[in-house]
This record gives sequence, C-alpha cells and structure tokens, in this order.
Amino acid sequence: MKEFTPPPDSASIVSVTDRVKPVTLGMAVTSVHFLGPRAAFVGGEENVAFVDGKGEITTVAVHSGGILSTASDGKHLVMGGDDGKVVSLDAKGEVTLLATDPKRRWIDAVALHADGAFAWSAGKTATVKSGRAEEKSLEVPSTVGGLAFAPKGLRLAIAHYNGVTLWFPNMAGSAEFLAWAGSHHGVSFSPDNKFLVTAMHEPALHGWRLADNRHMRMTGYPGRVRSMSWSAGGKGLATSGADTVIVWPFGSKDGPMGKEPAMLAPLQARVSVVACHPKNDILAAGYSDGTVLMVRLEDGAEILVRRNGTPAVAALAWNAKGTLLAFADENGDGGLLEL
Amino acid sequence: MSEATSQKIPVTVLTGYLGAGKTTLLNRILSENHGKKYAVIVNEFGEIGIDNDLIIGADEEVFEMNNGCICCTVRGDLVRIMDGLMKRKGKFDAIIVETTGLADPAPVAQTFFVDEDVQKNARLDAVVTVADAKWLSDRLKDAPEAKNQIAFADVIVLNKTDLVNKGELAEVEARIRGINPYAKLHRTERCSVALADVLDRGAFDLDRILDIEPDFLEADDHDHDHDHHHHGHDHHHHDHGLKHYHDEEMQSLSLKTDKPLDPNVFMPWLQNLVQVEGGKILRSKGILAFHDDDDRYVFQGVHMMLEGNHQRKWKEGEPRESRLVFIGRELPEEAIRKGFESCIVS
Repeated sequence: MKEFTPPPDSASIVSVTDRVKPVTLGMAVTSVHFLGPRAAFVGGEENVAFVDGKGEITTVAVHSGGILSTASDGKHLVMGGDDGKVVSLDAKGEVTLLATDPKRRWIDAVALHADGAFAWSAGKTATVKSGRAEEKSLEVPSTVGGLAFAPKGLRLAIAHYNGVTLWFPNMAGSAEFLAWAGSHHGVSFSPDNKFLVTAMHEPALHGWRLADNRHMRMTGYPGRVRSMSWSAGGKGLATSGADTVIVWPFGSKDGPMGKEPAMLAPLQARVSVVACHPKNDILAAGYSDGTVLMVRLEDGAEILVRRNGTPAVAALAWNAKGTLLAFADENGDGGLLEL
Repeated sequence: MSEATSQKIPVTVLTGYLGAGKTTLLNRILSENHGKKYAVIVNEFGEIGIDNDLIIGADEEVFEMNNGCICCTVRGDLVRIMDGLMKRKGKFDAIIVETTGLADPAPVAQTFFVDEDVQKNARLDAVVTVADAKWLSDRLKDAPEAKNQIAFADVIVLNKTDLVNKGELAEVEARIRGINPYAKLHRTERCSVALADVLDRGAFDLDRILDIEPDFLEADDHDHDHDHHHHGHDHHHHDHGLKHYHDEEMQSLSLKTDKPLDPNVFMPWLQNLVQVEGGKILRSKGILAFHDDDDRYVFQGVHMMLEGNHQRKWKEGEPRESRLVFIGRELPEEAIRKGFESCIVS
C-alpha cells in the first residue's frame, strides 16, 4: 500500500489549497448541503449556517437541541432533532415545522423524496407524509437505523436490526422484509433503482440486488462506514471507513458481486466523508486528519484541497452543477472551493 | 490517567433489581448540588422527578455482533443514543445509563468496548448495582438477573438496610460476597451514599487498577476451600468467624503467584481461556509480573473482551506478585488453576 502524507509545499501533488475560500463557522459541524447558491452547514445542535460565494455567514436557528439527521434535495434541507421535531429549511433561509413527535422522542432519521414527500423515524416507527395525503406510519421490529426513498415511485427503505423493510406507504400490506443478520444503519438505493445498500454497525456494507434479493457482502473495512456516495450515473459507490476511498463497482447487472473494489487516495488517516461529483467521474474525500482531496475515479489522480492537521472532516458536498465544493471539519473550520 | 482518557466522557451504568432503589439513587445524583450536568439514559420516562433536558428514553435493544463471538452483544439503542449525544458535547459532564431491573449489564458494558465511535468519545466508569437488603437474598435464589448484576458490579449500594436486622444484613452481605468479593460495598438507607463513592470510580481504567483485594468490611480469609461446591447448597463457613455463602452457580476465582510469568505462555493462555470460557466469565482483572520485565502489566475484561497494557514500573521493594481474578458462572476452576500454573517461569 502506498503510504503518503501530503507534506507542505509538496511538488508531488497538485494543490489548490490557495484557491480555497476559508470559512470559520465557530460551531461543531456535522454535514453540509447546498441550497441554491449557498452552502448550508449543519451544526451539531440548534443552527444551520449559510455561507454564500463571498464567504459571508448567515446563521439560522432550526432546532432547540441536537440535530440528529439531515436530508436534502438541493432546494430543501429536512432535519430531525432531539427536540422531537422535523423541520425544513429552504434556500431563502425560511424554516418550516413539518412534524412533531407526540412524545418528543428523538427524530433519528429523515429522508426526502424528489417529489417533495418526506419521511422520518422515531424509535421503531417510520412515518411518511406525501403532499396533502395523510401521514402514514409503519412500525418495524427494532429502532430505525436509516431511511431512504427509492428513486422511482413512493417506496421507502427502512433499515433496522437484522435487515431492511421496503414499504410502499400508499399500498397497505406492501411491506417486504430483506433479512440480513446484524444492525443496519445508513441505507441507500442505487440511482438506477437496481440495488439497495446498507452501512452496518459492523465495519461492512450489505447489499441486495432488488430484482432477486440476492445478497452482496462488502467487507474488509477497518472502521464503520458512515459516508456513502454514488458516483455520477451510479456506476460506483464511494465509501468512507478505510484509509483509502473504497469504491464498489455497480456498473454491471451483478453489481460488486465477485469483484474487487477500487482503493483510491490512500493516506495514513481514515476517510471520514466522501462526496462524488454530480456530473464527472471525480470525488472529494475528507479524512480523519483534516485532509481534503479531489480524486479522479479513473486513475486515482489526486488534487490537494486542504492540508492535514485538524480534527476529522465532517462535512463535504458539491453543489448541483459541480462547480462548488464545500467542506468543514468537526470544529467548524472549513472552506469553499470554486472550480 | 492519560489526557485522552480524561477527556472522554465517563459513563456510569446503574443496575439493580426491580424496586431496589435505582431511581432513588438517580434522583439523588441529579438533585445534589455538585455543579455537574448529567445526561441520563433511562428505560422508563416519568420516574425521574428532576427537570433535566438531557433525559433520554432507551429501548434496551440487545444486538448480537457479527464478529464470530457468540456472547458479544451490545445495546444497539445505546450506540445510536451515544451518537446523538455526541452532537451536544460540552452540554454535559457525564452520562448515566439506567438499565431495567431485568437487564444483563454485559451488553451495556460491551457497547463501550466494541463500538469504535462510542469508545472514542466515552469511557465506561463503573457498573453500580443497587441491591435491596431485604429482598436480595430471595432474588439471588430465583432471579438470575439479580445474580448477574451483583457479579458484574464494581460498586454495590446495599440499600434499605433499615428494613433488616443485623443478622439479616450479615446474611445478605455474605451472599453478595459469595458471588463478588471485589466490589466496593456501601450500606445505605434511601441510597444515601456519598456520590464520590458511586461516580468517577475509574473501575475500567487500566491506570487505576491498584490492587485486587477483596473488599471485606471485616477480616476474612478469602482463599477458603472451594471443594465443597460438589455437594449441597449454601454452606455456612463458621470456621472463618464470618458467614460466607458459596454460591453454587456464580463464583469468583482468585489466582496468585510471586513467581514471574512467561508472557509468551500467559498471553495465549488468557486469550484462549476467554475465547473458550468467555460465556461463563463475566468479569476478569489482573496485575501481572512478567519475567524480565520491570513494568507491571494490567488487564481487565468483560466476557470475551480483554484489554491490557503495561501500567508502570514496579516500585522498589514492591513485591512482584501476579494476581488474577475471574468472576463468573460455573468456572472450570481446576483447569484455570492448572493453566495459570503452566504460565509460571520454572
């Protein structure tokens, strides 16, 4: 394995660190999403900080407590908090209360559908609200670990202990259970709707080919996978959890079955967050030592965006056009890079 | 204590059979004027009378880990809650996890050893078990959970001592000691124990393993003859001057030698022992003197999980003794003793 730490002023790697507009948020940050032209940095609790192209910061209060879960479609940012509330934030900075758990339980997971429908979970219950239709809820056998809408139709994947429940909220009795022993957290459909992948509590991913529910085991990680991102067109799934970016091939009908993943951009630090470019075969990767790299999927060529020497990178996102990259570490020190 | 350890948020696990007084102790911890803020993870809302915005309801979901280790279970809900709580770091100084009366403390403890992210931010401080002086003796006979909680404890708060007479108190203490002679035991009424005796104990901190001695209130010879467990139940040991019940099922086993151990034999032996017998071994702890090694080696374990490290130099004049303790269910005593002896450098 290649061992590499970007030394300062290294000539061996292309660096764009001098083109990054630094952003100091002054709060713990857990994720970032673009809402229109501005980057919305989500704080560990209470606030979201918008940062515009000039680096100007506008803070918006969204929860009265910890912000536990986020989902965004580029126009809205839906969040769940430990105040039992589901809120939506739009590009103008307006906050709308979408739902309140009657027992004020934590909102552990949220998901957002392309048509505006949204879902959230508290404890074992997942709830979907679509347009003007009534809320519909489904209870699964154990606490919900993650939620994701399928790219087609109104279908929700609910990850929990020992598997995933697939549910068409508008069809009674439609819940289908995909079993796999262990605790499933994050969950994601491939953009072509052919595969479903979960990040497990164990350092592994599990996948199902939805046509025949065939299992796909993706193991070998030294740490839990907390970040997954589909490459443009859905040919690959980039993941955190190792000291290289692990990209599983999903281009063929068999997905990654019987194939090795690509291992890109190895550092002596753990990849903490990944974000694939929305149009090109490039990804951005943040590491546990604060490094941010841009990596070409084809050959693993790297460009240094941010040097190491800080807490882990916690937030990383491209805007929809792929012209802006936003990132921040756990302490809220980050930047914006315009390409 | 290393800096990294001290920055981790301490977690106290509060166990105890139904009605023993867990909630009383919890309310005391939260209401006392100590200037500290606690995040409290409870299994049932509403019992706590104190206003605290960091009270989180938990579901006690026990999950098996897919790591080939059969007794490796964790509290799935706790993994999730710890994750969420870490977003509010700085808003609280310590965490208390209250379990239901019927809970096994092992999955809670194991959560803090197995999960990398939990481990990064928090450290298990101690397992505190509240026991009812009046009813514990009965529960030890009919409730395996109660026995587990006593065996697992670092600190035992023997509560409601005002409801029993001296003889009954001596009996219940003897029963506790028959299972777990190493926990610190405090006799209380209405859980009126000094908070320093239950919080910030560092019971799982390798740096704070100083000695491994039974915590008897009165002098007692712990290394009594164990042969009797092949026949009958609940033997009194009047010959020691103090009643000492031997529990048929749950015991502690103490091993000691003043001869140096061979680390190349001992380490594989210990690893193998917890692999094979880890289901029976609830807790283990040791201070070891290795051959040709001027540092004390300490370890502690929960079921199959072990962690150990060199702790410090043996002090001048300090006897270089190795001492191991296992608390568990139906421990294969002879095999363990033989295995341990084979690790001694001859």
